[in-house]
Amino acid sequence: MASIEMRNIVKQYGDGFPAVNDVSLDIADGEFMILVGPSGCGKSTLLRMIVGLEDITSGDMVIGGKRVNDLAPRDRNLSMVFQNYALYPHMTVYENIAFPLRLSKTPDDEIRRRVTEASDVLELKDHLERKPANLSGGQRQRVAMGRAIVRQAEAFLFDEPLSNLDAKLRGQMRTEISRLQRRLGITTVYVTHDQTEAMTLGDRVCVLRKGKIQQVASPRELYEQPVNLFVAGFIGSPPMNFLPAAPEGNRLNTPFGTIELDERRAAKVAGHELLLVGIRPEYFEDASLVDEAKRPLGSIFRARVDVTEWLGDSQYAYIPYEAPEAIRNQLRDLSRELDAEELRTQAIVSIDATSRIREGREAEFWLDSRKVHVFDPQSGDNLTRDAEAGARLTQMAEEDRVEQVGEAQAGGHTVTGGGGGGASRAGAA
Amino acid sequence: MRYLFRPPASDGAGLLSLPWEQPLEEWDPAVLLEVPQRGISRHVVRFTAQSGRVYALKEIAEPLARHEYALLGQFEEEGLPAVSVLGICVDRPHGQDAILVTRYLEYSMSYRYLFSRPTGEHSADQLLDTLVVLLVRLHLAGVFWGDCSLSNTLFRLDAGTLAAYLVDAETVERHQRLTPGQRRYDVDLARERVGAELLDLQFGELLPPDIDPVDVADSLPPRYEALWEEVTREEVFARDEQRYRVAERLDRLNDLGFDVGEVELVTTADGAKLRVDTRVAEPGQNRRELFRLTGLEVQERQARRLLNDIRAFRAWLEQKTGGPVAETVASYRWLAEVYRPVVDAIPAELAGRLAPAEVFHEVLEHRWFLSEKAGRDVGTSKAARSYFETVLPRTPKEMTTPSAFVSGRD
Repeated sequence: MASIEMRNIVKQYGDGFPAVNDVSLDIADGEFMILVGPSGCGKSTLLRMIVGLEDITSGDMVIGGKRVNDLAPRDRNLSMVFQNYALYPHMTVYENIAFPLRLSKTPDDEIRRRVTEASDVLELKDHLERKPANLSGGQRQRVAMGRAIVRQAEAFLFDEPLSNLDAKLRGQMRTEISRLQRRLGITTVYVTHDQTEAMTLGDRVCVLRKGKIQQVASPRELYEQPVNLFVAGFIGSPPMNFLPAAPEGNRLNTPFGTIELDERRAAKVAGHELLLVGIRPEYFEDASLVDEAKRPLGSIFRARVDVTEWLGDSQYAYIPYEAPEAIRNQLRDLSRELDAEELRTQAIVSIDATSRIREGREAEFWLDSRKVHVFDPQSGDNLTRDAEAGARLTQMAEEDRVEQVGEAQAGGHTVTGGGGGGASRAGAA
Repeated sequence: MRYLFRPPASDGAGLLSLPWEQPLEEWDPAVLLEVPQRGISRHVVRFTAQSGRVYALKEIAEPLARHEYALLGQFEEEGLPAVSVLGICVDRPHGQDAILVTRYLEYSMSYRYLFSRPTGEHSADQLLDTLVVLLVRLHLAGVFWGDCSLSNTLFRLDAGTLAAYLVDAETVERHQRLTPGQRRYDVDLARERVGAELLDLQFGELLPPDIDPVDVADSLPPRYEALWEEVTREEVFARDEQRYRVAERLDRLNDLGFDVGEVELVTTADGAKLRVDTRVAEPGQNRRELFRLTGLEVQERQARRLLNDIRAFRAWLEQKTGGPVAETVASYRWLAEVYRPVVDAIPAELAGRLAPAEVFHEVLEHRWFLSEKAGRDVGTSKAARSYFETVLPRTPKEMTTPSAFVSGRD
């Protein structure tokens, strides 16, 4: 296992287009890092440069302390997991996992040890003597993971591994991958365009846009303290609502009434004329259902509801609003860039499932003003981001990770390294 | 549901009545065709016949199906050795995956069949070399296969040698040109897949005992590197050897089954530097020439063999008539008087085991063999009769191309 360090990585194609533009990123030994962004953001190119499929135009790729820019893919000892795995019908599950070792002429007792350990982790122990034809879809995928495990690679790499699976298997595999990564404590880099996958899997998530890193942080920091409009709009589903806002002292005037800001945030937005205020759907509520104690912490406004969507455990209301043309155009560009379809001059608001708010009527809403962020529409910067609060969230995630890896490994399911290399698979912390 | 078909659309029209709305796994066996020679697939694959032609159907996620459909179409236009794609069916009910339809590669053989034969007429070496030629050809064209394996390759006889075709383009990526890393990765993957496939045959007791899966797999990367070097290397030589060295290099490439598109000679102080631009397409000069003269569509080496026979026939005609005979006339008469009679005489119960051109090639070989023994030319018709009685029946029945048992069925 190893850390992966990228220093000022640039990938420029023949036409001069920089697919990856000055990326520096440190992935800790044992960390689960997600590379996410819309198509064309450079995430796959970056992964391919780690693997050795793409030449690096400039910068250093360092794996386990060793610069690998000029190493062949095989010599980097990384494992691309379940890329187009095949199951061989005449071989038992045991042999289906063991064959990479057979091909490298590993001694039989070593093969037995590694396959047994891997099958323990993967809960395939009872199936080892069966033929793969009898396995379920999830078990087949686990056999593919088993092959990657017995190789004792420095890191696991995944390139949109779930994109072609059906929804059920996709959910199952997400859980499997996450559990497995914790148990093995193996450095993992995972590329996806799906922000839900990114948020549920990663210790940290690296959001890319047009070849540049926007923000690297824990899912919670990305969600609560996004660095700019792009990250704020990309992370979260349904997405954050952006409303035009004009500052006036400690207040913001918006289509949904006046929002009061605390002094810290008010100071940061002072001097701007037109701003965008970002409000997540769950910061709203049906005003009639808000606790008296909570009410003063936010503002109340009336609006006409276009559509409501009742999902049993939750409910969404869609509220159209007016915005100046400049803002409309900008939001249109943003949604286009995020591969999103909706034009965002309609707020999506989460209300309690028991709310009686109805379509086509006016209703009273409450808005939690403590959590809104304010963006500069020109630069996209989040003016009210609290970097310290954000760092605390990512620090907490790191502590959780260390604890979880420790627990998983104390459970005795760790695969220990063998042979002369002596690399321990346990030392994640 | 939506169907996208590549022209000629009439080819696929008969397929429209198939039960596309059902999962492929549940299709009525009556509309399907059992094809014995199959590789390993992650997906549900079935075969069907329409108007005497056989099609392979594969159920895969729509983006993959569209991707593969587009790529296989490109490959066909560029003359890369790959199966020919007919179309896709998308937007199937209940969110089912798409189905990709390819034309079955007639007279093709899977590695399972080739490696399992008790006395290998085609050695493991030959098979691997054929696979390596395919991989090099694809790499020259900027194709990263991502899943090169014996299962994803079909083999076809071409005048006694083997030619390989790509069957599965699901994982293929097309680039301007491949990086060394991409090529190496592809080769490493191929080595591992080939090793695993042979191990699998060994576990199934289908592999002759003298073949060692690990050794065979390990020999793939060096074979690939040698061929890649041969077809791409730049050479420097003294100016006075220029003519001879260029000709030598081109001959060598032709022998390996590659065509050369362009030769670039740069003279430097040390001599001349030669760069050859090796063509990615299958060589097709003989094939096109034979088609022009006779309308026969065969593979390249078969075409070369047949053209040589036409030339010999023409010389014989000229000798007999004492005057010049036009090439087109000679070709026409050869077709009617030599080729057709042999092909038409293939006994019905042996039809479809080998492609007609391959049968003709083997008859010519057999004729040479009989004539050697007799000390005189025994003639083609006699050789053909003997061949049908003694040689062709030895080609196993399971090699019969599927279209042979469906022709006349619908």
